[in-house]
Amino acid sequence: MTPTLTTFLVVSAALFCVGLLAALSRRNAIFILIGIEMMLAAANLNFVAFWRFGHESQPPTGVMIAIFAIAIAAAEAAVGLALVIAVYRHYNTTNVTRLDRLKG
Amino acid sequence: MTPWIVTYLWLIPTAPLAASLIILRIGNSRRTGAATLAILGQISALALAVAAFLPTLQTPGYRAFHNLSWFTFGEQTVRIGWLLDPLTAAMLLMITLVSLCIFVFSIGYMANDRNFTRFFAYLSFFTAAMLGVVIANSLLLLFVCWELVGLASYLLIGFWIHKPSAAAAAKKAFITTRIGDIGFLLGIVWLYSGSGTLLFYDNGRGCLENAGLLAIGASSTLIALLVFCGAVGKSGQFPLHVWLPDAMEGPTPVSALIHAATMVAAGVFLIARVYPLFSLGAIGGVTPSLTVVVWIGVITALMASLIAVAQFDLKRVLAYSTVSQLGLMMVSLGVGGVAAGIMHLLAHGFFKALLFLGAGSVIHETHDEQDIRKMGGLRGSMRLTFLTYAVGMMALSGVPLFFSGAWTKEEILHTTARWPQSQAPHSLMMLGVVLTALYMTRQMLYVFFGNPRAASGNAHESPSIMKLPLIVLAACTIAFSVVLTPAWPWLHGYLSGNAAHLNFALLIQPMLFVSLALVVAGVALGVLIYRKVGDTDPLQRHQPGLFRFLEDKMWLDELYARTVIASSRTAARFSDWMDRYLWDGFVRAFGGLGQLLGILTKGFDERGINAGVDEGVVGARGLGRFMSAAHSGRIQTYLGAVAVGMLTLLLVYAWLA
Amino acid sequence: MSSAAFLVIAVLTLAGALAAATLPKLIHAALSLVVAFVGVAAFYFLLGAEFVGLVQVFVYVGAVAVLIVFTILLTRREEESARGFQWTGAVIALAVFAALLFAVLKTPSLSVAAGPIEALTVKSIGQVLMTDYVWPLQCAGLVLTAALVGALILVMEEKR
Repeated sequence: MTPTLTTFLVVSAALFCVGLLAALSRRNAIFILIGIEMMLAAANLNFVAFWRFGHESQPPTGVMIAIFAIAIAAAEAAVGLALVIAVYRHYNTTNVTRLDRLKG
Repeated sequence: MTPWIVTYLWLIPTAPLAASLIILRIGNSRRTGAATLAILGQISALALAVAAFLPTLQTPGYRAFHNLSWFTFGEQTVRIGWLLDPLTAAMLLMITLVSLCIFVFSIGYMANDRNFTRFFAYLSFFTAAMLGVVIANSLLLLFVCWELVGLASYLLIGFWIHKPSAAAAAKKAFITTRIGDIGFLLGIVWLYSGSGTLLFYDNGRGCLENAGLLAIGASSTLIALLVFCGAVGKSGQFPLHVWLPDAMEGPTPVSALIHAATMVAAGVFLIARVYPLFSLGAIGGVTPSLTVVVWIGVITALMASLIAVAQFDLKRVLAYSTVSQLGLMMVSLGVGGVAAGIMHLLAHGFFKALLFLGAGSVIHETHDEQDIRKMGGLRGSMRLTFLTYAVGMMALSGVPLFFSGAWTKEEILHTTARWPQSQAPHSLMMLGVVLTALYMTRQMLYVFFGNPRAASGNAHESPSIMKLPLIVLAACTIAFSVVLTPAWPWLHGYLSGNAAHLNFALLIQPMLFVSLALVVAGVALGVLIYRKVGDTDPLQRHQPGLFRFLEDKMWLDELYARTVIASSRTAARFSDWMDRYLWDGFVRAFGGLGQLLGILTKGFDERGINAGVDEGVVGARGLGRFMSAAHSGRIQTYLGAVAVGMLTLLLVYAWLA
Repeated sequence: MSSAAFLVIAVLTLAGALAAATLPKLIHAALSLVVAFVGVAAFYFLLGAEFVGLVQVFVYVGAVAVLIVFTILLTRREEESARGFQWTGAVIALAVFAALLFAVLKTPSLSVAAGPIEALTVKSIGQVLMTDYVWPLQCAGLVLTAALVGALILVMEEKR
């Protein structure tokens, strides 16, 4: 059996859900960021896979989106981690269950 | 047919590298294990070097290489490979043999050091990197190993990191050589864009073969000069020589390794390796790039030997003598005597290692004293060190007939005499020979003769594990001269691809008497001046101004501090000013614009919009109260809500499809 | 495209990701994350997008992972307690996975094998970047600069 588009999508769906799991179930803010990075990687994998299984001699849109998404993800990670550090300085914790200032 | 060793040439640097990595793994307490491993690594490298040496003896001008593709990137394939020719084989033998001696010596010298194992790991890493430089058949691989050599030298010069001067010296060595490496890297990139390959030899397609050289064409001069920048940094040529004397802050075996077998040899080796680039389009053996090499070499050699006359640090004198000998090698390469330059490099490797280890032995026994004014009279108490040191000193000064250095120096003087462009390098190099004999005599008189002074009180001979390398190296220094004589110029023929014939009639040549006269003049002058040495130098008494100038290394360090470093500091200050006043001004102007807009809109806002919004707010507040109950303030709850929303959408999609 | 390679990479990636999501020690999780990222990069190589694979390695393994490790270093004080795991999250994630799996498997047009494709060279990517995607490229540059400045301001010590 050679891998088809379906197998790639299943793998990336699994990766996405593992990321979701990390983002939802862990208490440390860094884990949430890790989960978000995983979800982004899964989305990129989808883009590239769709490009690869598309028509011959099409423009490489999927690849380009993946490249830009990686660039944006890098910016997101930098800002996100900076926020974690800033929050840590301010509240002395990175445990998100204790950060409930938004509580209505 | 290619012998097996060509394919497996990579094993030679791998042996010490593996030793180094294992030593780092086994931890700080297993001293015997570390030393055994390092020496085993060296011995296997030496054995493999011998195996690589044998096939090169079969045919004159032997050359074999093994290339493989490293990685493919898009449509470009980057290839690396290793090369075996007389130059490589001779360097491999010299490096492995000298390193082995230095390793054995280090066991005794570093016996009381806390970081004994780390030292051996670094030493092994250093030789591994250098062996990598030597076997590379690709400028890229060579550059990688070249940088590893730089890293290893940084680690070793700063080995006694608790001394601030050692840390500073390591930093200085690293940064100074890096300046040259920038030029080298630019040269590599330029070469690649011109010839499309970085392999030296590749069945006619390499960058040192006809097709590649043809593709580079006229830009070869600039490429060659950029590559030379790298060699200037690594081999301590003027104006980037300043790091080499400071590198004396490292432990003495490291100095021996840097000055004899590895680091500084790399630059000279590089020029010899890419020589076709330098000699492309030569008219009568002269190209612009080679002329630059010659004059840089001349300046370096003379300047360093002048400075060496006025140094009081035992190791610094040797350091400056290395700088001057490297200058001499560069001159030789520049005037077309590649074989002569490499011969001197090999001979220098043996006797300079001998001198440094001898100095190490002296320093070890005088309890870390390096000032030659405080030594003296060690001839009696350290008999073997004295004898081997004398062998090294005579080889370095070029005493004829029995010592390797003499034959190679003579060969270089020969070649410079035949340079069509100018006779000045020839006469200046003769002056350099006199100076070398002078400062080495001075050092001998200071350290080993006369009355014992402060530090030489209870010095006695070193342990036998330190004596053995001295004896081996001294024997090598003398035995090596057998293959160098004009009567049987075997090494010369081997390196330049000709067969050598035995002819005793050629043994005695007019040049021999000239160099003998020069050496005798230097030694006699030395004895005359330094017959009675005390705490002050005779030269210092008579010519205090000149002596000060030389002792302070011609004020080059101060000059660099005032010019290069000061100007970069000024540039930094200027950028800071620009940032503060010019760019900030722009930003502030934009801010002011925004404020103005804000004031304008504020009026409209307060009168027109607010009244309507107030009404809406009352309604929204009621809704808000209701909704706020659902808001725990925890982001994960929100995130989960988003996921549930997505799930719902998916289910709706499934239901619709 | 060999199925063996695919299988190996998939197992590696998902194992790394699962470890990153569940290991109790942050530093272990960050290192497993590197494994997962390398796996994703290997997928890109398998798909013939070498450039994206390299970018993935450079950006994620080279930069983001290091950033995460540094953040762990700078905020380490408390170990997460074993009770840190929240089962509602696991339930939601599993439900989403089931729904996604259902959607993917139910669409027959997706089960196509890989056809021939024009090799994607760095040159062509560069050309497309400089022509069709020049505005997005500039914007991405701006975003990165802004992010850099923003991150710096966020972590700057407040001087009073």
